[in-house]
Amino acid sequence: MKAFEIVNKAIDPQLYADLVLRPEAGAVTLFTGHVREWTKGVRTLYLSYEAYVPMAEKKLAQIGEEIEQRWAGTKVAIAHRIGELQISDIAVVIAVSSPHRRTAYEANEYAIERIKEIVPIWKKEIWEDGEEWIGDQKKKPEGGLE
Amino acid sequence: MISLHYFAGLREQTGVSEEQVDMAGRTVEELWQWATEKYPDFLSGAARLAVNEEYALPTDVLEAGDVVAFIPPVSGG
Repeated sequence: MKAFEIVNKAIDPQLYADLVLRPEAGAVTLFTGHVREWTKGVRTLYLSYEAYVPMAEKKLAQIGEEIEQRWAGTKVAIAHRIGELQISDIAVVIAVSSPHRRTAYEANEYAIERIKEIVPIWKKEIWEDGEEWIGDQKKKPEGGLE
Repeated sequence: MISLHYFAGLREQTGVSEEQVDMAGRTVEELWQWATEKYPDFLSGAARLAVNEEYALPTDVLEAGDVVAFIPPVSGG
C-alpha cells in the first residue's frame, strides 16, 4: 500500500491510521467518507467511481504536501476507492496525525475540500430510474475551458 | 502525435476513451477549440485540460508525445 493511492477494493481505514502514527503524534484524525443512500430526496442504489489514476494519486500526494507545509508536524495518508460501491461502503479515507488535536481536525477537513477541487475522480449516481455523472458540487460558471 | 484521454461524462459524449491527434506545436486553447468542434456537447459543461498529469493553461504549447486529459468537473469524496 501507498500513503496516497487509488484502490479498487474495500478500504481498511486502520491501515492508513497506522501509516501516519508516530511517537510525536498526540492526535490522529481518521475521516471515512461513505456512500449515502438519500441525496436531496433521491434514493441512490449504488455509486460508480472512476479516476484518472496516475494523476489522481499525484494530486492526493500534492494535498499531503500542502498540509505538511501549512501545518508543521503533520503526516497524511489518503486513499480513494473506485469501481462500484454499495450504500455505506467507504469511498475515501483520510488519516492525519499531528502533535495536537486541533491541527489534526483542521488539516483533515482541508484534505477533503481539496479532494473535491483538484483530484480527477468522478462519481456516477445510479438511481432506480436513471443515472448521472455528478459534477463539481461547488457552483462555477457554465461552459468553456476553465 | 498527442494522445487524448476522456473521462466520465466527456467519455460518454465522445464514445471513445482515447484518441490521437496531430497537434504538436499548437496551444491547449486550440486543442480545446478543435475538440468542441468535433464534440459540440463539450460546450454544455466545463472542463479542465491536463497535460502530462498536470493542469494546463490555455496558452501552454503542446509537444509531440504529450498526454492530454479532458477533465470534467470532479466529484470525488
